[in-house]
Amino acid sequence: MANWFASLDASLRDAVFVVGVAALTNVACALLGCYLVLRRMSLLGDALSHAVLPGLVVAFVMAGSLNIVYMLAGALAVGLLTTFLTQVVHRQGGVPADASMGVVFTSLFALGVVLIKRYGQGVDLDPDCVLYGQIDLVEFYTVNLGGYEVPRALVSIVPVLAVNVAVILLLWKELKISSFDPALATTMGINAELLFYLLMALVAVTTVASFEQVGSILVIAMLIVPGATAHLLTDRLSRMMLIATALAIGSAVLGYAASLAWNVAAAGPMAVMAGLFYLAAALASPRYGIVSTLVRNAQTSLRIVREDLLAMLYRLEELRVERRLGAREATKAIGAGILGDVGLWSLARRGELKRVDGGLQLTDSGRRRAAGLVRSHRLWEAYLVQHLGLPADHVHTPAERMEHFIGQRLAEHIVADLQDAHQDPHGRAIPAPTTTVPEVATETRRHGDATDEGTEKGGRG
Amino acid sequence: MIALSNTQLVMLGTSLLGCVAGVVGSFAVLRRRALVGDLLAHAALPGLCAAFLLLNYRALSARALGEVAAATSAWRFTAMLAGAFVTGLVGVAVVTFICRWTRTKEDAAIGIVLGTFFGVGVVLSSWIQNMPAASSKAGLQTYIYGQAAGMTREDVWFITIVAAACLTLVALLYKEFKVFSFDPGFARAQGWPTLTLDLVMMATLALVTVVGLPTVGVVLMAAMLIIPGAAARFWTDRLGRMLVVSGAIGAASGIGGTLISAGALESVLGYDPLAFGHNTRNLPTGPVIVLCGTALFLVSLLFAPRRGAIARLVRMLTVRRRIQHEHLLRSLYELSEPRLPRVLEVPLSQLIEDRSWTAAGVRRLLRWAGRAGLVERTATSAKLTTEGLALAERVVRRHRLWELFLISGADIAPDHVDRDADSIEHFLTPDLVRRLEAQLARTGRLPPAAVGAVPLSPHELAAHEAHRSNSPSAQEPTDG
Repeated sequence: MANWFASLDASLRDAVFVVGVAALTNVACALLGCYLVLRRMSLLGDALSHAVLPGLVVAFVMAGSLNIVYMLAGALAVGLLTTFLTQVVHRQGGVPADASMGVVFTSLFALGVVLIKRYGQGVDLDPDCVLYGQIDLVEFYTVNLGGYEVPRALVSIVPVLAVNVAVILLLWKELKISSFDPALATTMGINAELLFYLLMALVAVTTVASFEQVGSILVIAMLIVPGATAHLLTDRLSRMMLIATALAIGSAVLGYAASLAWNVAAAGPMAVMAGLFYLAAALASPRYGIVSTLVRNAQTSLRIVREDLLAMLYRLEELRVERRLGAREATKAIGAGILGDVGLWSLARRGELKRVDGGLQLTDSGRRRAAGLVRSHRLWEAYLVQHLGLPADHVHTPAERMEHFIGQRLAEHIVADLQDAHQDPHGRAIPAPTTTVPEVATETRRHGDATDEGTEKGGRG
Repeated sequence: MIALSNTQLVMLGTSLLGCVAGVVGSFAVLRRRALVGDLLAHAALPGLCAAFLLLNYRALSARALGEVAAATSAWRFTAMLAGAFVTGLVGVAVVTFICRWTRTKEDAAIGIVLGTFFGVGVVLSSWIQNMPAASSKAGLQTYIYGQAAGMTREDVWFITIVAAACLTLVALLYKEFKVFSFDPGFARAQGWPTLTLDLVMMATLALVTVVGLPTVGVVLMAAMLIIPGAAARFWTDRLGRMLVVSGAIGAASGIGGTLISAGALESVLGYDPLAFGHNTRNLPTGPVIVLCGTALFLVSLLFAPRRGAIARLVRMLTVRRRIQHEHLLRSLYELSEPRLPRVLEVPLSQLIEDRSWTAAGVRRLLRWAGRAGLVERTATSAKLTTEGLALAERVVRRHRLWELFLISGADIAPDHVDRDADSIEHFLTPDLVRRLEAQLARTGRLPPAAVGAVPLSPHELAAHEAHRSNSPSAQEPTDG
């Protein structure tokens, strides 16, 4: 019985340590990652995490052991050197930015590997360690701090996280402005170049402090993925940072659970979890997600089909065509497929269209709405002919597109600009500025169902 | 077949690999997609592991472990590379999809796919390492860090086939690749299947990457793709030549890296310059190949004839010196202008004040002018010679014509044109000066008498007037 408790206790302690260290590391990376993503320099994180290798080896040779202070200093030096060389090769050598980054970081990495083989006999930097880190063994490496046995990992990552948070809070405004608009920052007297190098220094130091614990894969993933995920979910930097932090912690927890389930090292699953979070956000983000984009596109298409149907029926009435169009003919006439049928159904449901002996017939509200559309169409045609001097036989197609996006305000402006707002270039009457236009609007509001809301949004987009 | 020593075999393999990576990578560099190589190399890992698992799974489920060994190494090799090829291309496709459908930018998309795919690969590979019957788990390490020295005859055959295929493809689609790389919009307008072209290009890149992985490993494969192309770009502006140079640089770094890591420097020089008291022979081949490429890149960056850093520096200094010389001539001319055609002896102190030059700088310029026979100088003064005067007239004429043009054509205030003219006047060709003069004369900005001669300075007179009307003392009475 006691045995059972002890074993539970140990595995629980293990979980707390691993998840704790991983979460702190992930957060330290993810916070900086937000800036990298916004500045479109995500790959500098990847590049730095490879390029610092020679710095680590030199630090190791000089210190004779994996002394964290030496290692951070080495990383800082090589990280800044990498950034500087990348800029020099790009600006002075005229090499494209991505290629110059590729040349510099891979060369430094190659140098690092050669140095390890050369001087690093017995260094802890064995291949597995570089990939996975020592996160699964975190509780076995401890140091005595004020009488408590604490994992050595905490000693390196907590100060780095603290520095990152402090710099971000102190230079919040400056970092924000220079990330979004470096030119504006410069005119405001903020040294954007200096901030850039400061950020790179933080990235280099964080990379190294993290990479010893969690390995290079997780560092690269955490520097980029939570920031990019958060960027899909919000437009505010402060919220983006909070979301990225939450995602970083979430990846640590879920990744650890997965690593237990699959019986593999924890770093890989944590990176995969971050990727899955991104996938979820990319699909389901309310504003920038793929699903909502598709839904918005579909709603706009449906609205346009609906409006095309109304306008066509209105024109037929205008020409006093006796015969009523059937549903099939109507959808065919506006060149819509299945969406046309959905449009007809939706119009009938809104009470703008009804079926009379197998044919389609506009209702009064439908007719008012159609008149508004045809008015927009013909106003735009007239405008194009009078103000842009387009020939009359070239204005129908542009007007066909534009009619769906001319609101009442714009229509008023166009009328004010036209000499004659009663006739379009083809000699047809422009429907009167139906006193009912606002009424139509209120009427549809009163119907106010979900589709209407969608229509409004689609119209804005 | 000729018997090759191990080093020769490896050399053949790495040079072929370097050559084809250089050629294929050039297109990626030109299309600003250099880091796609990095992405491909990382995204290949899950495919590699998945193929490995599948192969082993079959063997394990058949409960015939011997079969694992029985499956020939060539077949296993091909199957694993096929897996890597597929996931690599899927990674590129996902990046394209993300860029098209979300607000995430390309750099972040590459990072996301790279990190996540590699994470999956790491999960799979640590799973493999936990497997009881993982016969060649050391094999996977090879793909991450590369093991050029262990290259077998089959590997070299494989590389040869892939290299030949890729180079043939590039030769056949040369025109299409060229247009597509420089102007994809034009290629589309020509009605070419740009999506297919893009796919073919990415596929060659992926093929080379995957074949190179066992030799140089994940990160360094990206280097093999980027460095030769970036280096070759310095030497030429023509794509055909760039591909040849790039392939040559790739092959040279392959040969050089193999030789150096095999200790060739020692046998040639009698001692080992890189040893620093250690033994060079245990240097890993892959990184040394990349460092050879880096060395060639640096040579190109510095010494390439037109685009190289030194050539650019020399060009810049030459222009800067010529500008200084022209400034000296103009100063000497303008300081003695009131007394022309008599040429005055201009004291050095006046020259120094006129240009805010240093005394040493003025003396250096005068030394040059004296040697060129443009100036007669004494210890404290200088005077234009006849040739000097002729050249100075040309310089001053150019300056003033451009000033006149700025005043009349660009509506710049007369007291502001001096500086603006300075940024252009040194680059005006004689032909332009003639046309400028003709135009100014035609529009009546230049008195007919001044055509072909040095016009009067527009801003000394104008500046004088402007000074009078703007000076506060002149303003005060009207205000009061």
